[in-house]
Amino acid sequence: MKSEEMTPEQIQPELNVAPSPHVHTAGMSSFTMMRDVLIALSPAILVALLNFRLLAVKQLLICIVTCMAAEALFTAMRGRRATLGDLSAVVTGAILALSLPATAPWYVGCIGSAVAIGIGKVVFGGVGMNIFNPAMVGRAFVMIAFAGAMAASGYIGSGSEVDIISQATPLTAFKQSDVTTSLWPLFIGTSNGSLGETSALACVLGGIFLCVRRVASWEIPAGVLISALIWGGLANLADLGSQWTVLHHLLSGALLFGAFFIATDPVTSPLSHKGKWIFGIGVGSMVMLLRIFSGYPEGVMFAVLLLNGITPLINRWTIPRPFGGA
Amino acid sequence: MLDRVLPGPGTFPHGVHPPERKELAENVAIEILPYPKKVVLPLLQHIGAPCAAVVKPKQEVVMGELLAKGEGFVTTSVHSPVSGVVKKMEVTTLPNGRHLQAVVINAKGDQLSGRELWDALYGGDWPLDAIASIKQEDISAGIRNSGIVGLGGAAFPTHVKFTPNDKKPIHTLVVNGCECEPYLTTDYRIMVEAPGSIIAGALLNARAVSAKQTIIGIEDNKPEAVAAMRAAAQGTGVQVVVLKTKYPQGSEKQLIKAALNLAVPLGGLPGDVGVAVSNVATTAAVAMAILRNRPLTHRVVSITGGGIANPKNVLVPLGTSMGEVLDYCGGLRPDAVRIVAGGPMMGFAFTDPDTPVTKGTSGITVLTQKELSDGKTTTCVRCGRCVDVCPMNLVPTKLAAASRFKNLDLARRYNILACFECGSCVFICPAGLPLVQNIRTGKALLAAEAKK
Repeated sequence: MKSEEMTPEQIQPELNVAPSPHVHTAGMSSFTMMRDVLIALSPAILVALLNFRLLAVKQLLICIVTCMAAEALFTAMRGRRATLGDLSAVVTGAILALSLPATAPWYVGCIGSAVAIGIGKVVFGGVGMNIFNPAMVGRAFVMIAFAGAMAASGYIGSGSEVDIISQATPLTAFKQSDVTTSLWPLFIGTSNGSLGETSALACVLGGIFLCVRRVASWEIPAGVLISALIWGGLANLADLGSQWTVLHHLLSGALLFGAFFIATDPVTSPLSHKGKWIFGIGVGSMVMLLRIFSGYPEGVMFAVLLLNGITPLINRWTIPRPFGGA
Repeated sequence: MLDRVLPGPGTFPHGVHPPERKELAENVAIEILPYPKKVVLPLLQHIGAPCAAVVKPKQEVVMGELLAKGEGFVTTSVHSPVSGVVKKMEVTTLPNGRHLQAVVINAKGDQLSGRELWDALYGGDWPLDAIASIKQEDISAGIRNSGIVGLGGAAFPTHVKFTPNDKKPIHTLVVNGCECEPYLTTDYRIMVEAPGSIIAGALLNARAVSAKQTIIGIEDNKPEAVAAMRAAAQGTGVQVVVLKTKYPQGSEKQLIKAALNLAVPLGGLPGDVGVAVSNVATTAAVAMAILRNRPLTHRVVSITGGGIANPKNVLVPLGTSMGEVLDYCGGLRPDAVRIVAGGPMMGFAFTDPDTPVTKGTSGITVLTQKELSDGKTTTCVRCGRCVDVCPMNLVPTKLAAASRFKNLDLARRYNILACFECGSCVFICPAGLPLVQNIRTGKALLAAEAKK
């Protein structure tokens, strides 16, 4: 073909080469996964707003804004491209805020967020590289640094127009004063607690959405709930007179919030089907161990961090058997 | 042996559903390419030892004449697809990147073409009754001397599968009509238009290894092929089974699982579980070789994709340049950006229109930017989707990372060699990571280490 004869249609298109496969699934990315987490959190956020009003707004804003600022700052310090667009900092901020008491002072959320992103994530190499759940690293830091604001008494505020924070949290009330909260408030979320954990219903709704979208692996919440059911059931049988039944264990505290939103963080949980079961059962068992035997009323944060720590080991134990393998 | 074979579940664990895009070419009947002026036949179009030329420049050859043959067992031969004169050897580059010596022939004199060519190869009646009187070893030798290799794309010499082995008796022949690779419709068209040739080849292959049953596996997105094959199989004892459409069902291990519920051991071959698998086009080639004395000189190629003017299925003489085949289909559209030898999941991209069509060229897929991956990558968040889809039940993200960091021990611990590079992990990865590309590097590093 001579060039002077070429019509526009005949001009050779610019071709390129690349190794196979040449096609890719449409419409899924890290961004859509994070967006799905935020959608799944919305029922819990709604309940938090209804329960804690402006306190919830304040806490969420502080954590999300600080997380995003910290992400921008720390990634810039490493000389990397900012990764704000993938929403992962927003998710960390939202989960951290929802795991804090409504009454926690502004600097608790602020420092917790900075630690979550800085020490929880960026020092390990950013998104996808961290060993521990960033939000839980931030929370653990402020829990130790500001023990007063984060301990059982920290959940109780007075002189506020928000009624709900005048009560102790259900787990504390039981642990310290042997007062049992009835199941219905635990289910719909009209008792005190960390912002996002009060309503079992909201957590389950969002959690099921996440599992259906395969953003969270169903094996993990299933493992947590089954092990909590077993240990709670055994505790129940050991002390038949107790008002605090296995159902109270399941519906109260951060168990459901943790099972669906914290333990399921894919970065810090195992890769294989079997590994996920081990992880879920491990988290559930640790939570129940801490609740029943430790001085803390709740143990979701510690349980998740501990199991995050042994996730590389779980991955090693559970290398899937290849098809046709012995 | 036979009674231990369970009916399969009709599908295999894991896998993906890429957009099929078969509609582009599936209803276009096979056309015959006008014979080319020149063919370029590389001496290695198969897996195994290369062939050596047995013809000299200026020598006259006729269609079907032996041009080159290989030494050893895992090798095959090359025959002339046209009548003409042998020219000086050339070096040609295949889409897989190999530079190879090639026999060049300029067509001269009368050629078998058009409808006559079709009737000589795929068309007409097949004397199925005659098959029972053909000697088994004549079938194996005939396959070997006809240069037949797996036409599904892998190009493994077919006689290796159909030479009886007393240590590994074959109970079942599985004829692979899955064509799970998106876009491609060659096998589909052959099943619809020449089912008789496939049945004849299947009976020959089954006879060669004394297989007790023969199954033709076809995915449920090809109902016309199922109907045509069932009609042709009537009274022959060959069973046509319908499998659930899923990629990569055409991989022999996955197909054996789906059809027979048998698991080929890791690192093993179908023969280890008493099964032989052969693609439908390959099976038809066996019939042509044994019953019509026609060696493998032509193959059906799908020219498809959003970037080709007129998608078609064409019977092409081996050695024809890809450019000539593309021109026959109206040439590239202006928005074409990538030409792939094979399908979009496992095919090799190339740019040189002089690249010859070889025995393994199951299709030429011309893709537009819209059909390609956008190439954007983010970090792995260990979502585990690659683990969920890997048909070999591996951990692709771990294998890719181990390969990237040249940690070969870790790669081995995660069974890197079990990966057959289907690309399902890359297809599904939300971060757009080059997982299988990294794994290929890791496998190459391991192979290099083993050679040391």
